[in-house]
Amino acid sequence: MTTGQLHAAASHVPLMASDYLLTAENIRKEFPGVVALDGVELKLRPSSVHALMGENGAGKSTLMKIIAGIYKPDGGCIRLKGNEISFQSPLDAIESGISMIHQELNLMDYMSVAENIWIRREPLNRFGFVDHDEMRRMTQDLFRRLKIDLDPDAEVRDLSVANRQIVEIAKAVSYGSDVLIMDEPTSALTEREVDHLFEIIRDLRAHGIGIVYITHKMNELFEIADEFSVFRDGRYISTHAACDVTRDDIIRMMVGRELTQMFPKEEVPIGDVALSVKDLALEGVFHDVNFDLHAGEILGIAGLVGSGRSSLASTLFGVSPATSGTIAINGEKVVIDSPATAMRHEMAFLTEDRKVSGCLLSLSILENLQIAVLQNKYVTNGFVHEKALYSACQEMARKLRVKAPNLQEIIGNLSGGNQQKVLIGRWLLNKPRILILDEPTRGIDVGAKAEIHRLVTELAREGVAIILISSEMPEVLGMSDRILVMHEGRMTGILDRCEATQVKIMELASQ
Amino acid sequence: MTDNHLIYAPAALHKPVRRLPAGMSILLVLVGIAMIFEALGWLLIGQSFLMNSQRLTIMILQVSVIGIIAVGVTQVIITGGIDLSSGSVVAMTAMIAASFAQTSTWARAVYPSLTDLPALVPIGIGIAIGLLAGLINGLLISYTKIPPFIATLGMMVSARGVARWYTNGQPVSGLEKSFTVIGSGIWPVVIFLVVAAIFHIVLRYTRYGKFTYAIGANMQAARVSGINIERHLIKVYAIAGALAGLAGLVTAARAQTAQANMGINYELDAIAATVIGGTSLSGGSGRILGTIIGTAILGVMMSGFTFLRVDSYYQEIVKGVIIVAAVVADVYRQKKRH
Repeated sequence: MTTGQLHAAASHVPLMASDYLLTAENIRKEFPGVVALDGVELKLRPSSVHALMGENGAGKSTLMKIIAGIYKPDGGCIRLKGNEISFQSPLDAIESGISMIHQELNLMDYMSVAENIWIRREPLNRFGFVDHDEMRRMTQDLFRRLKIDLDPDAEVRDLSVANRQIVEIAKAVSYGSDVLIMDEPTSALTEREVDHLFEIIRDLRAHGIGIVYITHKMNELFEIADEFSVFRDGRYISTHAACDVTRDDIIRMMVGRELTQMFPKEEVPIGDVALSVKDLALEGVFHDVNFDLHAGEILGIAGLVGSGRSSLASTLFGVSPATSGTIAINGEKVVIDSPATAMRHEMAFLTEDRKVSGCLLSLSILENLQIAVLQNKYVTNGFVHEKALYSACQEMARKLRVKAPNLQEIIGNLSGGNQQKVLIGRWLLNKPRILILDEPTRGIDVGAKAEIHRLVTELAREGVAIILISSEMPEVLGMSDRILVMHEGRMTGILDRCEATQVKIMELASQ
Repeated sequence: MTDNHLIYAPAALHKPVRRLPAGMSILLVLVGIAMIFEALGWLLIGQSFLMNSQRLTIMILQVSVIGIIAVGVTQVIITGGIDLSSGSVVAMTAMIAASFAQTSTWARAVYPSLTDLPALVPIGIGIAIGLLAGLINGLLISYTKIPPFIATLGMMVSARGVARWYTNGQPVSGLEKSFTVIGSGIWPVVIFLVVAAIFHIVLRYTRYGKFTYAIGANMQAARVSGINIERHLIKVYAIAGALAGLAGLVTAARAQTAQANMGINYELDAIAATVIGGTSLSGGSGRILGTIIGTAILGVMMSGFTFLRVDSYYQEIVKGVIIVAAVVADVYRQKKRH
């Protein structure tokens, strides 16, 4: 039995109310016009990792923000070690021993790692100035304890996203809180860094700390969590020990329906070569990439974060044009020097980061849908064919089952899954022959994920050539005809669907 | 919607902020300010503020020039940029264009063959010079990647310098009737409203308009969607420059003379009118209709204080407060949205 299972086994026994580290009961939260949480509960044991599962919009983050003092509940009772608490601000929560690592990183780019961690708590020397030597020493102590290998004096803006996440985690730990809330902490981490994070979590757990862990990743749940609670549509569904259930059980609880097939991959006839890449390179980022992509084929690209897979995608689409090598489309050599050129060759590119390079957040669904297709269609003498475009957009939104009252809704108000559907719709309006999808299902709920997988399959059947980049191994394995693996800017191999396994990909991705 | 998923989606919790209510509320502010002056008028000096067509005419004329500039500035701000050069461009175009609009009555004593140039020449030159200034702004911003604030600050200083250098600081007067007509009577208002109507349509119904909003909302996403950001920004700044040039023509024609110190602080008034009209300085949203109302608010304020015989220093103080309040309101709206 591993320690994780031991913990889980112990957690069968209900505790006395006062023995829980943190309890939230009957929590209610309303936002104008909507009930976000209704009768929600959470019981966190000391020395345990409690995962929260649920589709996007289930209310997990809202509950955590209430516990961390960011929102005020409209009803219910929160107790910390048996005492009822009511926070006025996040600072209150931190001082009472509850700290939260948010999904979005909140670090100051132009300050050092040490300054970021000890902000507001800087050690002072006898003149009242910040004692930087002491601060560095404190940071080194903290890093030693957490086995983190980072320079305390490095500026945060020079760090990778993964390392920034590590700094956030170290900062939260440095408060010495009893309760640590982590909201999808691994979304930017590579596998090795995730292992490191889990080591830190296990160590904290061994020291009596209770950890609330929000995640969408099933394998993480089984690896790290002792217990988990499932939320759905703002309601509490149930709590179980992690060792008692299977993956399918959890999915069923989260969506309230059976998902018969996670990956609806179909074998479709593979057509001619649509895209042929030879010795493609972007100086300093990747080099020697060679592959052919056929019509109707889904080519998965796997690799760790930083392996150059996303850069390869943006180079293919002309966002950062290649420095050497050739690209041929339908057998004809082309120079793709801008996204507009790529679009003229019937390519489309769903970018990795919805918020940064996808959504026009302050604009409506309609304006988000139409922006790419306007490049070539629905325009005469500069004037837009509003009616035709509107009905095309409406049909697309209906086809992709975008959940929103109407097309005038601001996209920033939609859930991640629905935003992603709108962005995919933006490209499908162009009727692309080559579709590049970079992390199409990152951070979206199970239901929307399945819908997107079904859509990708359908597009392949219609003969679209698809490149699918994903950090989720099951997704790449489940959806692709072939899988191209990258490691540190090099292509390390292409695997056929029948020979590809998780182990083989990992070998190629980390050789 | 039968799907209860939507009802609980926390992202959909905050009531979406529509453009229309923002536009409506600013209209109410305009009416409110006018009513306050009306009430104070009856209370303090026993006169009506609004029931005076002459006052209203003067008021509208005063702000028409600002309005013409603001139509260009609105487009710049929607892309997430700023244009500080408009006031100086007004002076530069006024000076240069006016020099082509002078009557030849006096000079003919020496050069008998001189004839008056048709008014289209100075008008064309004025707009071209404004366009050129805007083009330079746009090129700088697009290809050197310097912030719009710096690029247009440079143009603000240099264009003012050109205006002074052109005649060694001397005013240009003795302008032809056919030229000064564009600044007389109701013409400035007509020009403002025509320009506003054109760009209202352009922003709403053309690809140029849609791309302008897209760039302001998310430049990176706009780039990936195939929009040539550099070329588009050059267009936007060139249009703003041309409109500032047009404003310079109207200013000179209205004053029947051109001076190098014309148009001082016009850029700030135009930015103020835009921001009061609900255009967000963070880009991606804003409407010409709002800017028209914002311009009207500035006009009512100026005219109202004069009407109440309030010291002009107070006017400035209050104007500052209104601008800040408009931005505070915008920030508040943005906060509610995210």
